[in-house]
Amino acid sequence: MIAELGLAALWIAATLSLMQLAFGGFALRADGEALLRTVRPVAVAQAVLVGIAFLCLILVFLRTDLSVALVASNSHSAKPFVYKFAGVWGNHEGSMLLWVTVLAIAGAAVALFERKLPQRTLIATLAAQAAIGLGFYAFLLFASNPFERLSPAPVQGNGLNPLLQDPGLAFHPPTLYFGYVGISIAFSFAVGALITRDVGANFARAMRPWVLAAWIFLTLGITAGSYWAYYELGWGGWWFWDPVENASLMPWLAATALLHSVTVLATRDALRAWTVMLAVVAFSMSMVGTFLVRSGILTSVHSFAVDPQRGFFILILLSLYIGGALMLFGLRVGTVREGATFEPVSREGALVANNLLLSTILGIVLVGTLYPLGVEAVTGEKLSVGPPYFNSAAGPVALALVAVMAAGPLARWRKDKAKAVLSRIAVPVLIAALALLGLMLFAPGLRILPLLGIVLAVGAGAASVAPLWKRNLRRTPLFTYGMVVAHLGIAVCLAGMASESAFTKETLVAATPGQTASVGPYQIRFDAVDPIAGPNWTANEATLTARRGSGAPFVMRPQSRMFSAPPTETSEAAIATRLDGQLYTVLGKSDEQGRWQLRLWWKPFVTLIWLGGSMIALGGLLSLIGRVRRGRREVAE
Amino acid sequence: MKRRLIIWIPLAVFVIFVATVAFSLYAPAERVIRSRMIGKPVPAFALEAAAPGHQGLTSADLAAGQPRIVNVFASWCVPCIAEAPQLLALAGQGIPIDAIAIRDRPEDVADFLAKWGDPYQRIGSDRDSRVQMAFGSSGVPETFVVDGQGVVRYQHIGDIRPEQVSEIAAAYEAAK
Repeated sequence: MIAELGLAALWIAATLSLMQLAFGGFALRADGEALLRTVRPVAVAQAVLVGIAFLCLILVFLRTDLSVALVASNSHSAKPFVYKFAGVWGNHEGSMLLWVTVLAIAGAAVALFERKLPQRTLIATLAAQAAIGLGFYAFLLFASNPFERLSPAPVQGNGLNPLLQDPGLAFHPPTLYFGYVGISIAFSFAVGALITRDVGANFARAMRPWVLAAWIFLTLGITAGSYWAYYELGWGGWWFWDPVENASLMPWLAATALLHSVTVLATRDALRAWTVMLAVVAFSMSMVGTFLVRSGILTSVHSFAVDPQRGFFILILLSLYIGGALMLFGLRVGTVREGATFEPVSREGALVANNLLLSTILGIVLVGTLYPLGVEAVTGEKLSVGPPYFNSAAGPVALALVAVMAAGPLARWRKDKAKAVLSRIAVPVLIAALALLGLMLFAPGLRILPLLGIVLAVGAGAASVAPLWKRNLRRTPLFTYGMVVAHLGIAVCLAGMASESAFTKETLVAATPGQTASVGPYQIRFDAVDPIAGPNWTANEATLTARRGSGAPFVMRPQSRMFSAPPTETSEAAIATRLDGQLYTVLGKSDEQGRWQLRLWWKPFVTLIWLGGSMIALGGLLSLIGRVRRGRREVAE
Repeated sequence: MKRRLIIWIPLAVFVIFVATVAFSLYAPAERVIRSRMIGKPVPAFALEAAAPGHQGLTSADLAAGQPRIVNVFASWCVPCIAEAPQLLALAGQGIPIDAIAIRDRPEDVADFLAKWGDPYQRIGSDRDSRVQMAFGSSGVPETFVVDGQGVVRYQHIGDIRPEQVSEIAAAYEAAK
């Protein structure tokens, strides 16, 4: 019954999105003015109904209703409660339903709260949002119905992929989706503005908070995903350049560029066409990412159900939306007036450099992700592109970007003198030089990228707080604090990455209980391996006693887990976090002689990566609050 | 004029992307990475019996005129338990299956077979994974179809899922 209710709600929501599109389209014509007011409530109603459909799916999962095909193939009655919940989006159909739910909620939020955008542009925006929704409703209803029944119902379900049975999964996909799909708002804004030919500073000011909000979720989602991969996969790495990770990174890069160009457009009315382009590209990257992941066209550690039919369906949707938007861009942007101009040495100049560098990184990641596809199409050869390419191609560009980030906020709008900027950044440069000297003296033989990374992180960290220098801190607007915190977060994150790659110590041993091993500053005694049982798994658990110098010993218990449904092994790393880094231990296989593989890592300052990521998101949040507050004040006046 | 052209570049890039991807989707989907061993004779080897009641396996056994399936497995491998029913189903269809047990002990193999079923005819014991690597196999379980002349015709990486049984059976028929 619940499943049927959900399906009905989904159909009604789809019909409402069709109405939203049709009413919006008519309202934009001169004789359809009467319809203008209907579009907003329809957008809200659509979100409510798809929300009901999503709730129904959650209920079906919580009750482990095995007569629903999706539940039977992804859940199991023995699964702990929180994973029954998380299992809702741990599969193709459920995650696509989450996708349209977020899309509709984003549209409804615009319908409810957007007050700055001229009404006609707003209607065009909501119509564009409905058009996107419509295609994905069709995809759900015709090619991935989450509420399909199984007859007869099986006695037991297949269970959820054990890698996904982790508290992180309960929150990671929804967070990422709010960013990933929320950025659709920017796309719809751009399409709306192209339709009404209304691209200018007001449009940028209206769009900025929405972009910021989506970007905050995206940043949090990527940061959390990276930490999840780090402790759950047990490989000790925090980024693998896996296609699915790239699929989330590419929209983030585009959205970050957009965030900066929209500021130029809002403040100086420059970069009109470019900003619109980025808004289209950002969400296009989300859709391309969804396609790459969902079609299974690229092989990945996140392999989900693969179905070429579905791939074609999403590809057709992609072609319609992205192709349509780019076509509209080509036809209309020529008629958008050129914006203001500026000197190369200026805040705008730095922001343009930021945009070009971010776009370059985006290009590098896109090429690396798609290259295997291209090669296969041309020569039929299978290959994969790995970290050596991404690190060596994107690394230097990213470092240049951090350098620009350090200097940019210290330049004035419109026109500045290179000398003046240099004098403002002199102290950070000096600090960076000292860091370089220190590293060369105390840690000789570092590779060039990690070395530059640490030096730049130190310099950029100092430079990022420089905009607050000699300012009245009370009267500094909140969004300036936001920028400072976010930029500082980038520096902190970079410091973590560089330190991890420069100073990580790794020890691999085959040990019998009683033996000791050392890694970095730690002595680790291997005490025992014991079998233990969890709710739906059994595990071998090692007991390790770690000790740093003469400090107090502490116990770590890495596990190697065997899940029964579906039968899979996972390793649960044991991680001890200290102020100056993490001790990361993994229990591997045993051999006939009763020796166990132990992998031990000491990763100095690795936690800075995620601390930095969180700071970036926090900076975004401060900016958002600052912008919304100021916007309210302006509207009130 | 220049601006006019630049404006269309994104659309052009996107069209190329769609064309490439559509081609990849349309092209026969061989999502399993094919082995370099396909079309090549099996490496020369002679393995002792891995479990009581079974004979050992040599490369000569795989070139005896009839196609055979060779399953690479281990008693300590959990996915091997998952694929056991599928191997039993294949054996039930009259397909001869030999096995190579990787880094295993006879008593463990015997336990494994007693618990999860025994679809195998010959089982060779590959204590140091040498033969496994010569087969171009990097993990357990893996399954090979070898024709009557001892030439590898098919390789399946990972456990055989229930829906893949027919695929393996078809590969066996094709090797006849």
